[in-house]
Amino acid sequence: MGKKLLLANDHVPGIQSLDVYSKHGGYAAVEKALKTMTPDALVEEVKTSGLRGRGGAGFPTGMKWSFLAKPEGVPRYLVCNADESEPGTFKDRYLMERIPHLLIEGMIVSSFALGANTSYIYIRGEYFYIVRILEKAIEEAYAAGYLGKNILGTGYDLDLYVHPGAGAYICGEETALIESLEGKRGNPRIKPPFPAVKGLYQCPTVVNNVETIAAVVPIVNMGGAEYAKIGIGRSTGTKLISASGHINKPGVYEIELGVPVEEFIYSEEYCGGIKNGKKLKAVVAGGSSVPILPGELILKTAQGEPRLMSYESLADGGFATGTMLGSGGFIVMDETSSIVKNLWNFTRFYHHESCGQCSPCREGTGWMEKILHRIMDGHGKQSDIDLLWDLQKNIEGKTICPLGDAAAWPVASAIRHFRAEFEAYVNNPGSIKEVRHYYSVNNLQPA
Amino acid sequence: MPKVTIDGHTIEVPEGTTILQAARMIGPEVAPPAMCYYSKLATSGGYCRTCIVKVTQGSEKDPRPMPKPVASCRTTVMDGMVVENKTSAEVLEARKGVVEFLLANHPLDCPVCDQAGECHLQDLSYEHGASDTRYEFERRTFDKIDIGDKIKLHMTRCILCYRCVKVADQLTPGRVHGVINRGDVAEISTYIENAIDNEFSGNMIDVCPVGALTDKTFRFKSRVWFTKPVDAHRECSSCSGKVVLWYQGAEVLRVTARKDAFGEVEEFICNTCRFDKKQTADWVIEGPRKINAHSVISANHYEADTVNPGPVTPRLN
Repeated sequence: MGKKLLLANDHVPGIQSLDVYSKHGGYAAVEKALKTMTPDALVEEVKTSGLRGRGGAGFPTGMKWSFLAKPEGVPRYLVCNADESEPGTFKDRYLMERIPHLLIEGMIVSSFALGANTSYIYIRGEYFYIVRILEKAIEEAYAAGYLGKNILGTGYDLDLYVHPGAGAYICGEETALIESLEGKRGNPRIKPPFPAVKGLYQCPTVVNNVETIAAVVPIVNMGGAEYAKIGIGRSTGTKLISASGHINKPGVYEIELGVPVEEFIYSEEYCGGIKNGKKLKAVVAGGSSVPILPGELILKTAQGEPRLMSYESLADGGFATGTMLGSGGFIVMDETSSIVKNLWNFTRFYHHESCGQCSPCREGTGWMEKILHRIMDGHGKQSDIDLLWDLQKNIEGKTICPLGDAAAWPVASAIRHFRAEFEAYVNNPGSIKEVRHYYSVNNLQPA
Repeated sequence: MPKVTIDGHTIEVPEGTTILQAARMIGPEVAPPAMCYYSKLATSGGYCRTCIVKVTQGSEKDPRPMPKPVASCRTTVMDGMVVENKTSAEVLEARKGVVEFLLANHPLDCPVCDQAGECHLQDLSYEHGASDTRYEFERRTFDKIDIGDKIKLHMTRCILCYRCVKVADQLTPGRVHGVINRGDVAEISTYIENAIDNEFSGNMIDVCPVGALTDKTFRFKSRVWFTKPVDAHRECSSCSGKVVLWYQGAEVLRVTARKDAFGEVEEFICNTCRFDKKQTADWVIEGPRKINAHSVISANHYEADTVNPGPVTPRLN
């Protein structure tokens, strides 16, 4: 069994309540941090732990915290990004649903470390039932004196609010999230200035993923150095992976970073192998945005070494033969799945979710979707594949926020690794049975 | 003061200057095109991505190149920065891609568009665009809305530069229009159908880089290259009163603000000057407006004292 830090107690009945959570060692980190540690020591501890952002980019959290500007007389904010909307990712949902107090405990400790007296949990609008879970937990924490004025008699004040979004994927981008939290249209801001200097209400702000903030709790409890021993190389600690697709046991798994991908897919402890004894075709390793990899490249790197579930190993080979750990949305596809159809579905999503602020993403995502739909409709042309390649290249890196990249990478990787499949669709439209005239049959407009 | 090198020209600029501003200081030949940035409107720019440039050296202290092309209008220069604009094939290629995206859903109805002849998108696609389109799908259309008796909104032509939104925010007492919806169906609109009516609303027409916002009083009256621009001024209590009158014969067809070499107005003017004063008697005439000889407006033998354009830039593709 791998080490479990976040989900060690997720099976305990009633763990959602503060009483049961406390009995299992909950809020020890708050006691320890607020009573025995200084904010700077906490930031150092997180730096030592080597914790990296769990939302997708993998930026070292301690470093992010130390960038926070600290001008006199200006409030600082901590915002938890719970706007988990990446197709294939559902780890934060599980965490908040099962152990809401772990997130709240992490928020208290992290806010203390950053010197924030007001913090927000910006949660995806579709998770409205989790809003209720979190609000109940926050109420309990206020009653127990973990939130509010003068927490545990230490003189530290913290107010914590849950703010639901309205269902836009783009609000998971940190500056769009801040805009939305301020009550404006959720358009990403142009950086610089970065949120660490001018964020929420033009004040220094740190935005962290749910899992990142939750991971601060074990770091405080066990010490940063001890935490850094878990995992492999610069990928320290544990990571929640939401596994889905053609596997026997889909679900959220906590893994120690560095578990071989092969073990993750085939062992009984995790995914339990491919459904119905079929063969592995491809894996999207970190949520829909990261490049898709064919089976042989996800199990072994281009050099023939076994690929591990870690930031470095998954990225080995760059985008030519590698991918990213991303947010941990692990989508497995068996030999029956159609890469083109899957790509079309992803592209449809990005088209729908583009905010429309900058031109390459606004016009490009829709264009790519229309071409893919045409291919799926049986009217594709050979030149469409090259056009798709050109379009993704013209979008990637030319946009304000990473949504453009997220829309471009799946297209690039699908063509890079599965070009033959596109060509088969174009040359033999009769082979496509599934999605023909999807829009007209269902009386839909392209998203 | 930071020193920056753009396409081989080195210039010293004040702290906080953006790459685009620095390039404009060097001269129009070096300046990247800008469809959404407007130096007179705060927080404008960053959306259209036509001004992207390559930073091959970040600064004197940190000489690493920037990993991605950056929007020159929103990136401030650092001391020792080296920027490639027109000298980089990569930038020109990327810009061509952006122009293709801007034109993908543009109706290209230039033959009936009042903006034709002074349209920035026309200039941009002439200089940086491809000669034909690879977009083979039905172009996007919108429900027409009426935004009052002075300004005509043609949403199909809009490239969402947000300039008119910033004009309404920064020049007028209350903004009644904005961007609604998202993605490629985002549109400039009033919510719910509402007239945009205030003393400075006419400036939205001048800042619009395309024909999305045009002057209803000039609509279909004449092509701009058949009219003759004349500088004029009057005593005005709400603006500088410095305008250009566009004549056809003895008739003033329209009044606009004066625009500089980068197509930006020199001073914003009020609606009274723009819409209500269309008699020569209302104005003190200063003389013919200097028009760049490359402009189609000059092509109609309007050559009186045209600006010397300098060496002709070869077409880029």
